[in-house]
Amino acid sequence: MNHRPITEDDLHAYVDGALEPERRTEVAAYLDEHPDVAKRIGAFTDQREALRAALAPIADEPLPAELILSRIIEQRARRPSMVRWAMAAMLFLSIGGLGGWTMRGELQTSPEGLVALAQEANASYNVYAPDRVRPVEVRASDSAELVQWVSDRLHHQVKVPDLATSGYRLMGGRLVATQHGPAAMFMYDDDHGSRLVVMTRPMSSVDQNAPMTPQSQGDVAGFAWADDGLGYSLVGHAAPEALRPIANEVRKQARQI
Amino acid sequence: MKDMLLQVEPLIPALRRYARALVRNRAAADDLVQDCLERAVSRWQQRGDGSVRAWLFAILHNLAVDQFRKNAARGRHVTIDETSEGHFGEAASQEHRVMYQDVLNKLAKLPEEQRTVLLLVAVEDLSYADAAKVLRVPVGTVMSRLSRARERLQQEIEGVTGTSGNVVPLRSMK
Repeated sequence: MNHRPITEDDLHAYVDGALEPERRTEVAAYLDEHPDVAKRIGAFTDQREALRAALAPIADEPLPAELILSRIIEQRARRPSMVRWAMAAMLFLSIGGLGGWTMRGELQTSPEGLVALAQEANASYNVYAPDRVRPVEVRASDSAELVQWVSDRLHHQVKVPDLATSGYRLMGGRLVATQHGPAAMFMYDDDHGSRLVVMTRPMSSVDQNAPMTPQSQGDVAGFAWADDGLGYSLVGHAAPEALRPIANEVRKQARQI
Repeated sequence: MKDMLLQVEPLIPALRRYARALVRNRAAADDLVQDCLERAVSRWQQRGDGSVRAWLFAILHNLAVDQFRKNAARGRHVTIDETSEGHFGEAASQEHRVMYQDVLNKLAKLPEEQRTVLLLVAVEDLSYADAAKVLRVPVGTVMSRLSRARERLQQEIEGVTGTSGNVVPLRSMK
């Protein structure tokens, strides 16, 4: 009856509904005659159904704002130079950094906006994160006092991000000096010696509102963005892709003020 | 631009599902999808003639695999969401969670190359040819990986122990 022998590939295509109707009939007939094979194929079909059912609810979840396509298109259209800069930076970093230096002069003409903020956060990270004696001035146990202090100095209501869900515990914070005035620095620790810094300060005229962009320098990765005149930068010794969800979390919490 | 919206937007839920099934952490998965969409927007004109679905899954897959390798090389790993909300979202009922958590835990025990092919073919409905494009392997390799993935998952489901490394599937044919 069968002109072509039934192969292993045919059996999988049968499970996946990928066979032409005629071939499907042939495979079904073969399975009728071979109950041991039919049992195995039945189990594979059950697997397929279980996986699909288990994962189906994910596709029904409402999309977070970051995944709204029209928003991504709009942000790209609005800030083409920043996107290109970020892409160039990532490319050069991934190549090894050497190429990046050739563009240094071009990119470093008096940093403003997010680039300046990211550099300041990077500098604070490099100074305070390795400090074993006094990395922060006000400890987490006095966080109410810390918030009051930095909010007064920044003339903005500042909220300390809670990164517990990302595995980072607040150590405390301090006020740091930048070219653009005072900034609040919060430091976090993952209990394995890995530290992160979140820095925030009012933005000067440039980048009052800016989407999140990668701002890595050397092996210190960072992301910076600005919302309603307040700039934020998250930096740490971690892979950019590990930091990014944390940056998203900081941004989400800051927007809830 | 409108063309892109029409073709890409309906696929975003499926991209999220694939990313979440691979990395098992909601934030990290959505982050990969965000990167994928940003790339898709910037490279839309260079996508070629193939299916948009395969093109998008290829971008996402490559980002995910790059991340796995980087994390492995640096000794880092993305935290797996302990709660099943990470996989299912708020919409899923308790009953649903209990019922299906198990099969996902078993899937997670498969080697990456087996998990990816099973997800692309059996869950995301990519044709074998499109899966081969996404994985950058010949169709024959897709078929053999798919076969190994199903045998291995079945062993996990049936609770066969003692074979954690290379599993030789019991093939009754071919």
